Amino acid sequence: MDELINKLKKEVIEQLNLEEISPDDIDPDSSLFGEGLGLDSIDALELIVLLEKNYGIKIEDPKDGKKIFHSIRTMAEYITEHKK
Amino acid sequence: MAYINGIGIVSPQLTVESKGFPTEVMEYTADYLKCIEPAYRNYIDPIQSRRMSRLIKMGIAAAKISMADAGCTMPDAIITGTGLGSVEDTEKILSDITKDEKFLNPTPFIQSTYNTISSQVAIQLKCHNYNSTYVHRTFSFESGLIDSLMQMEEHTASQILVGAIDEMTMNHLQITRRIGQWKMEPVNNLRLLENMTPGALAGEGAAFFVLGKEKNGSAYANLKDVKTCINIKGSFNPNKEISTFLGNNGLDARDIDLLILGNNGDCENDPIYAQFADHYFPGKALAWYKHLCGEYHTATGFGLYAAACILKNRVYPEILHLNKVQPKKFENILIYNHFRNTNHAFLLVQGF
Amino acid sequence: MPKRIFITGYGIISCIGSNIPENLNSLMRSAPGTGPLLHVDTILRDEVLVGEVPKTHQELFELAGVAPVEGYSRNALLGIIAATEASAHGRLGENTGLKTGLISATTVGGMDRCELFYKDFLENDSRNIYIDSYDCADSTEKIAARLGIHDFVTTISTACSSAANAIMLGARLIRNGRLDRALVGGCESLTKFHLNGFNALKILDKEPCKPFDQHRAGINLGEGAAYLVIESEESMLKTRNTPLCELAGWGNACEAYHQTASSPDGEGAFMAMKAALEMSGLKPADIDYINAHGTGTDNNDLSEGRAIERLFGDRIPKVSSTKPFTGHTTSAAGSTEAILSVFCLLYQVIWPNLNFTERISELGFTPVEKLLTGIPVNAVMSNSFGFGGNDTSLIFRKVNASNANNVNNADNADNANNAGNAGNAENIEN
Repeated sequence: MDELINKLKKEVIEQLNLEEISPDDIDPDSSLFGEGLGLDSIDALELIVLLEKNYGIKIEDPKDGKKIFHSIRTMAEYITEHKK
Repeated sequence: MAYINGIGIVSPQLTVESKGFPTEVMEYTADYLKCIEPAYRNYIDPIQSRRMSRLIKMGIAAAKISMADAGCTMPDAIITGTGLGSVEDTEKILSDITKDEKFLNPTPFIQSTYNTISSQVAIQLKCHNYNSTYVHRTFSFESGLIDSLMQMEEHTASQILVGAIDEMTMNHLQITRRIGQWKMEPVNNLRLLENMTPGALAGEGAAFFVLGKEKNGSAYANLKDVKTCINIKGSFNPNKEISTFLGNNGLDARDIDLLILGNNGDCENDPIYAQFADHYFPGKALAWYKHLCGEYHTATGFGLYAAACILKNRVYPEILHLNKVQPKKFENILIYNHFRNTNHAFLLVQGF
Repeated sequence: MPKRIFITGYGIISCIGSNIPENLNSLMRSAPGTGPLLHVDTILRDEVLVGEVPKTHQELFELAGVAPVEGYSRNALLGIIAATEASAHGRLGENTGLKTGLISATTVGGMDRCELFYKDFLENDSRNIYIDSYDCADSTEKIAARLGIHDFVTTISTACSSAANAIMLGARLIRNGRLDRALVGGCESLTKFHLNGFNALKILDKEPCKPFDQHRAGINLGEGAAYLVIESEESMLKTRNTPLCELAGWGNACEAYHQTASSPDGEGAFMAMKAALEMSGLKPADIDYINAHGTGTDNNDLSEGRAIERLFGDRIPKVSSTKPFTGHTTSAAGSTEAILSVFCLLYQVIWPNLNFTERISELGFTPVEKLLTGIPVNAVMSNSFGFGGNDTSLIFRKVNASNANNVNNADNADNANNAGNAGNAENIEN
């Protein structure tokens, strides 16, 4: 799980072009949206593309993104559960 | 009319650093003149800029520089002109959809819409006022200026942020080279007129202006009037247009002290400027600027910047001289631009 | 007193008809035009429902009266068809001494050809004639050349509010004295480019769109073009045109909230509607009908609905979105819906908001569900909101004996009916 978390941090930073942020800055349990990293609905769509492209996981309803992308850890858990 | 109260220019010249018109000139031998980009973190929060492509960052930086220059914090309108918008984003989508239409991110699409810069500037300033974007080749910026001047007359705005933004990419250069728009090989920008060949030297830039109904303490000049004329099957009559345009502003050709022309090194386009100058403004001082910024749809933004600096400082930089005549006064500057003899535009700028 | 602006001609092509009478007829029958995508080659074909003009490129050449030559985008052809109808109806070919302008709106521009030929653009010279259609000015200049309009020509792109802003700019140019009359509107053709863009934003509905419905699921993109002839009273004394209605107010505001999303309380929409209302001198209670932007997305309809509630309080006018009929024609939506609004004034009808079943729980009002006929409609508000929060609202008012002074006061509906012939008008430059 920790390995996946570290990999995800790097992928999220790259996908969302978070130039000023290093993987160590991201707490795997803190919120990615709102108060946390301050991501928004467009970032959520970009993360959906990331899951599809890198992990072959398709999220049909963007509304499900809210739960899945709550934190790096929730993302990692979702991937572990759904990866084919 | 409107006072030019502040200017912000991102260009292939050292226009961000310089107070006034740059004294050091950047010389390039290149396929096209590329902007010297400022350190964006000085203008945009990195978290906010995460989804911004190059043109958008250039535009926002230029807008913020112009507002700081004018001491303006909240304009009554934000208006932009761009011939092509974010070419980089448009190409990204075209290349993706030409391949397999898979894994498409929404960001390039959002940024490829032409009004992205005017709305991003509005978001940054939390400015709810009038907001619009013009996208008509070399009329794009001029249309934005006409809109601005009308708002001053309508008393709906007293300070307007108006910008001219366009970028070039190597891909787009190659595509538009096919239709003869550009020189086929790298050229030296300072020797552009030495060997007249077909095609212009391409460029890019972001130029923002704060226009005011009242002039502030550091105002540059007065943008008196702007006119665009499309030439459809010979509908453009320069004699009639120029005398009407100047006449409407209480002037005639003799009152013009300096004519700033859009020469871009294209042996098919440049003679139109020479004929125009010889015919209607014989013996006048002639200037040019596209060797400094290159040719692009909203290059007049750089021309207006040059005119404003000349009028404010009452100095006529040598790098701009197209002939050896010196202006007798620094009162009336006429900027004339045309694109393929189809889109003609005049800007009248006055000192005070 | 500022000059009054009148609409004296119109022309339209959309998925519900290739001219004014066909569009009117479809609306009167409550017959939508959305369906499967036929003319764009994309893997999204089975995942979208669209308002596509049911014509091939070849058929559009014929409708436009243009000899089929290379270099014309679908966008330009749609534009020429609607602009020619409007121009003939408003008699722009006569009284050439009047200062006449063209303000056209588009965002996707000639992308319909460019995306087909992009590989060629990169690799060879075979499609060079289409390179110019890459930018937004191409369709505008082709329309201007076709109709011989040259006193003022420009193109506006503020995404989905573009054509409303074109109408507004035309009106301002006339008031300002820079023009006497103008042809204003927009055109947009469906492309793989923006179908994919909207799809990436996950806001397309596979089913017929359901604006203002609790279970709304997104947009049906559409295509088309719509243009109006607007002129001042002084101009009408020369053209002897009969006004279809008056353009009584306009307002442009910016949300300054988010690149694509509308704010929860619809601040930009509220400000644009309020400004238009104030300019028109009308009270909220004078507005009989709002032709809403109503795209069918979660975000827009709630935000717009809240803004309407804020402005109109407990006296909310009849509201509907006509996008289930035409699809969302993006940059052409503002002028398409302007024409649909003018119809309401001319024929005293209000268009239904098709596919509605359940009120949005956060809102206190429901849209009009069935075609309303024979009811007094004196003032209509039309909303157009775009990405970047570029929001514009227009108000159209019926011209009748009580508010017409110098206008040529023949029966407006008669003039409207004459438009049936305008679709066949010959190229007026001849």
